[in-house]
Order: sequence, then structure tokens, then C-alpha cells
Amino acid sequence: MSLGLYLHRDSPVHTASAGAKMAGLLGAGLGLLLFPSPPVLGTALAATLGLFALARIHPRELAPMARLLAWMLVPLFLLHGWLAGWDTAVQTVLRLALLLLLATLVSLTTRASDQLETLQRALRPLARFGVSPARLSLMLSLTLRFIPLMATWVREVREAQSVRGLERDPLALLVPLLVKTLRTADALAEAIDARCFDSEDPS
Amino acid sequence: MKTRDLVHVALFAALVAALGLLPPFPLPWLPVPITAQTLGVMLAGSTLGARKAGLALGLFHLLVAAGLPLLAGGNGGLAVYPGPTGGFFVGWLPAAFLIGWLTERAWASLSVPLAFAINVLGGIVVLYAVGIPWLAVVAKLPLAKAALGSLVFVPGDLVKAALAASTAVTLKRAWPLIPAPRPAEPPPTAHQ
Repeated sequence: MSLGLYLHRDSPVHTASAGAKMAGLLGAGLGLLLFPSPPVLGTALAATLGLFALARIHPRELAPMARLLAWMLVPLFLLHGWLAGWDTAVQTVLRLALLLLLATLVSLTTRASDQLETLQRALRPLARFGVSPARLSLMLSLTLRFIPLMATWVREVREAQSVRGLERDPLALLVPLLVKTLRTADALAEAIDARCFDSEDPS
Repeated sequence: MKTRDLVHVALFAALVAALGLLPPFPLPWLPVPITAQTLGVMLAGSTLGARKAGLALGLFHLLVAAGLPLLAGGNGGLAVYPGPTGGFFVGWLPAAFLIGWLTERAWASLSVPLAFAINVLGGIVVLYAVGIPWLAVVAKLPLAKAALGSLVFVPGDLVKAALAASTAVTLKRAWPLIPAPRPAEPPPTAHQ
């Protein structure tokens, strides 16, 4: 199971720092919210498509994202056209589409690990409130490790319960799944402690 | 926080992600799908308590913001936040926190109806209080229209709340977690 939307290319968009891209996205979101006039939207659309070309992302690779977008935007467009007129509809939907496209561009051109590192750095001031970077990293890596494992457990418990004729009882799935999760958590915590991971606050 | 708590937070974040692998159920008239993930949010709250459930959902946010497609239907990345569903996603954290907080308060006398009420309050009232205005602003819909459109989620969410409630009460007997300081292995179940 591979996680992440990242597509590797050799492009200036890919080599730009994750922090810069995420800050740029934030700025673009704010700008489009404050100045949603047609010329601004047109320029932004051209710039966004230019960035996709610069990142060498083939339109075909955008197909799954485009389906997701269309499924959100088409009903919205029709609803707005009907409620508030087609001008407003074009403007609202275009602004939304631009933001979603730009955010997708960041996800496609930045490794999840780089983005995580940037977010962790941005969260460093939270250390004052007891969020230590070491503990945060441990939790993040545990979560990533456990997503595929847990998906396997869901299947296992479901198979076991269908043998007992309980496949239609959601409680018969959830309770064993949670007990399994909690039992694993205990074993894992003991194993981590046995390796002298210091989880307590230094203060 | 003990190592055990860190691991609980991490594993429940993973659980919410794993529930996202069940396919979402799209609705033709509203750009927000029905997913099993809110069930994970309710379970986190009623199993872990306020602090750990809030952290688990915070961790999940971090992973999604970093571009991992962990939301139902393979959705993820920063594009989630400016989207119409952003508010429902952001609302998971306060929803889980409130469910956890109320479950902790009600722990000694937790029954299925009580847990159900708690999950409805957090998983429906709080979640919608964040999600509906967000949908209205992002999609530039009148608030009443956004609220009306979201009503279709209520039946599904009531079923999820009922499930989370019975799971929480069963789990309280099988593997109680919320009385936080549990030094030795056999759980000191003072009640009953």
C-alpha cells in the first residue's frame, strides 16, 4: 500500500521548498478571497495552469483529482446559477476550483515527508505547551505504520465474524477491533519503554 | 504523557484513517459524502477521553495536511481545507474532544442511552455547528440551505452514534481506559 499523492518530476516547482509552497498557497487563498474580480481570477487561472505545466504534470495524471473536483463543483455551479445568477456561479466555482487546484499542486509536487517536516517545524512553538518534537515524530511514524496493519485487522475480524454468522453485526466487528488495537498499544508501549524512550516531559 | 498514551493517540489516528478505506457514499445534491470516518471520531472520543482523542484527531489533521490521502475516497492534502467539506473535517477535533470530555464526566454511570446522547451532542451538534457555516461560506450558500442540505446526514449519524455508544459501553467492561492512571496490569474497576 503506497501512501501519498506525490508524483516525482525534475522541475523547479518540485525543488521549491515545502514551506515556500505552503505559504504561497495560504497567500493565494487569502488573495482570492479578498479580490475575487474576473481579471484577477483569469490571471490566477492562467498562472495556475502555467505552474502545472512547469511542474510537468500531465493532464491525464490529474484525472482522478478532476473527477473528485467535478463531483463537488458541478452541483455547486448549478445550484448557484439557479439561485444567484450565472455570473456569481462562475466566480464562486472558479475561485474554489483554483484553490483546490493549487492545493493539489502542492500535494503532487511535495513529498509528504517534507510537508510533515515543515508542519513539525511550524508547530515547534507549541513545545511550550508540552508538545515535544520527539514525541510528535514517534506518534506520526506509529500512525503511518499502523494504517495498513489496521486495514488488515478490519478484514481479519470481518472474516472471523462471518464464519460465526455475525457479518451483519457491526458491534461484532468494532469491539474486537478496538480490543485488538488497545492490546497492541499496551505491548507496543512496553516495547518502546524497554528501549528507554523518554516520553515524559523534561520539566 | 506516558508512552502508552502516545501509542493510543497514534493508533486511534490510524483507526480513523483505516475507516476511511471503506468507500464513501456520495450524495447527488450536496458536495459532502457519507463516510464511516465520523464513527472513528466518536469511538476515539468515547474510548480515549478528551485529551487523547483531541490529540489523535490533531495528528490525523497533520497527516492529511501533509498530503496523505487518508480521507474517504482517497481525498487528502491541503485541498481539503478550502473545499466545501473542510468544516466537517475540522469539526472532528472539537467533536472528539467534547465526546471525550463528557464521557469522562459520565464514566462511572455510563450507559448506552447516556453514551448515545453524548455522541449525538459531539458527533452531530458540534460537528454540524462547524461544518454547516463552513459549507455556507465556501460554497456561498445561504446558511439555511446548507443546513437543510446537511439534514440528510442525520439518520446515518444517528446510527453511527448508536454504534459508538454500544461499543463504548461494551468496551468499558472489556478494556476500560478512561480512568487514566492505571498503574498495574489488572484494571482497577472500582465501579460495579
